Amino acid sequence: MEAFTKLTGIAAPLPLANVDTDKIIPARFLKTIKRSGLGVHLFDTLRYDAQGKERPDFVLNQEPWRKAQILVAHENFGCGSSREHAPWALLDFGIRCVIAPDFADIFYNNCFKNGILPVRLPRAVCDQLIEDAKLGGNARLTVDLERQVVVRPSGEEIRFEIDPFRKHLLLNGLDDIGQTLQHAASIDRFEAKRRAEMDWMPGTTAA
Amino acid sequence: MSDAKPRTLFDKVWDSHVVERLPDGTCVLYIDRHLVHEVTSPQAFEGLRMAGRKVRRPDLTIAVADHNIPTTDRRLGIKEEDSRIQVETLEKNVKEFGVPYIPILDVRQGIVHIIGPELGISLPGTTIVCGDSHTSTHGALGALAFGIGTSEVEHVLATQTLLQRPAKNMLIRVDGTLGFGATAKDIVLAIIGKIGTAGGNGHVIEYAGEAIRALDMAGRMTVSNMSIEAGARAGMIAPDETTFAWIKGREFAPRGADWEKAVAYWRTLPSDPGAEYETTVVLNAADIAPMVTWGTNPGAVVPVTGVVPDPNTATDEAERAQMRRMLEYMALTPGTKMQDVKIDVVFIGSCTNGRIEDLRAAAAVAKGRKVAPGVRALVVPGSGLVKQQAEQEGIDRVLVEAGFEWREPCCSMCLGMNPDKLAPGQRCASTSNRNFEGRQGPGGRTHLLSPAMAAAAAVTGRLADVRELV
Repeated sequence: MEAFTKLTGIAAPLPLANVDTDKIIPARFLKTIKRSGLGVHLFDTLRYDAQGKERPDFVLNQEPWRKAQILVAHENFGCGSSREHAPWALLDFGIRCVIAPDFADIFYNNCFKNGILPVRLPRAVCDQLIEDAKLGGNARLTVDLERQVVVRPSGEEIRFEIDPFRKHLLLNGLDDIGQTLQHAASIDRFEAKRRAEMDWMPGTTAA
Repeated sequence: MSDAKPRTLFDKVWDSHVVERLPDGTCVLYIDRHLVHEVTSPQAFEGLRMAGRKVRRPDLTIAVADHNIPTTDRRLGIKEEDSRIQVETLEKNVKEFGVPYIPILDVRQGIVHIIGPELGISLPGTTIVCGDSHTSTHGALGALAFGIGTSEVEHVLATQTLLQRPAKNMLIRVDGTLGFGATAKDIVLAIIGKIGTAGGNGHVIEYAGEAIRALDMAGRMTVSNMSIEAGARAGMIAPDETTFAWIKGREFAPRGADWEKAVAYWRTLPSDPGAEYETTVVLNAADIAPMVTWGTNPGAVVPVTGVVPDPNTATDEAERAQMRRMLEYMALTPGTKMQDVKIDVVFIGSCTNGRIEDLRAAAAVAKGRKVAPGVRALVVPGSGLVKQQAEQEGIDRVLVEAGFEWREPCCSMCLGMNPDKLAPGQRCASTSNRNFEGRQGPGGRTHLLSPAMAAAAAVTGRLADVRELV
């Protein structure tokens, strides 16, 4: 996983609430056995018409937001399915940071596993950032994870909160599994204790 | 840690699975059951392979293909190449990693959230995960069950644990008795209508109260299934005699002396008197009518006797804009009676409403009636065992005589990954869980409702009030 430290880039305004994972990547594009290549289908129904032609009014079909690395949206971003194809599609398109008032839990979690930083900021602040984002290429946002600030084009810094453990993993691009395996001895002990105390518990091969 | 503090059902299951608590509060949480399907697992197995890792506990893992297999004769194979490759990849992976697998032609094959409980794999007090958000279904048995992404699927395969932070407790109490014609589906739609699609974010919901206790296990699973549509990480219902009676004798459930020990443990799980919840919501069951959604999220719901709402009644501009967008997509006009909305397709099935009780409810309405001209009605049982049971009871004949299509079990038109999908502009009365734009096919329009209401829609060709038909 690529580390996330500090990003300065073009932000795309997406002033919609409840952007669900079917909207981010419809189910018909989940029939892949790879993680890559989903960027072309990101926001498929918002981005393309029934003939597959780009809708010119959709922000990611316009310059300079075709090169957006940050997305600013409204409440409950990423609600719905657990599909990690949603962050994969964002990442494949080039989005490394999503800013919104709040996120659905599973999507929020999935972002961290893929080097994407989800930033929670109050709705009024998101609306300001959406106005900044509308200015396009000359109004880049900076997201500094180490200092936990979003820097507006005006230079104003807005602090955001993030869980320290997740911050640590993201800053260093660390793999969760590697972290957990440091606790392998504890897992062994837990399993042994559980086996002794709950000897009635069947497995999935016990028929 | 003080043992004296009263704990909720969630607290108890959580506490008993904490392997280690890290300094910042993140926990290494042990997972008892890992359900695997073909859509969200290929990249996880590939990750294991790249890192040279094994599946730590294949004996706590079970795999089945359910999302993109056809609902027609499976012996003919899967025509769509990408779907076929996904299923073949699962079959190759379970073999390579030694994971138990239920083949497509096995009678026990079905939607992962139907077969987990049905086979006795999902048990009270366990932690259950799956790379699918509707894993919340299994919480109806008193398990802590939640959906995870593919990276977490890989994490569980490799370590049998997850790194998690505890959720907040939310109590949703449904007091009193349901009125005539109202079902578990109507309860959960009413709940989401009340608290909204983000109302449960960061929480595990415990459903309680007289109306929940009165539900059979199928109904409880319907309610818990849609916890995720309210944004909750999981839903849970305290196990009771209804739960134990339902589990007893199922294929993987404990037997004999083990059964007695298991039940003794399960009886300790319900929330202690005085346990605290961060949030409490109370509904009165008698106020809940048969419900139907009008918009493109499950919180956009009204009683079937209601009308399409007017965006001008919303208080803030963002909400008005969202309502207008939903009405435009759904091609509905404010003030239209829901019962005047004509439908093209009916879908009865899914992990929300694909159980035998759901098919019985649909058949009771369809019996002696005919599917309205021009309407296509599909019934997709949730599993091979549900289908077999329905055929033994003659439910298939009732439905086929009425003009319904009787299909093979899988997720089908709930998300349109297999050939069962809506054409652009088609309007569907569906017993599934999501009415998002394009969910059942690009440009398709979804109205969520109960199985009995879906059958009523099929025979009238519109969103009808089932209470007028029975």
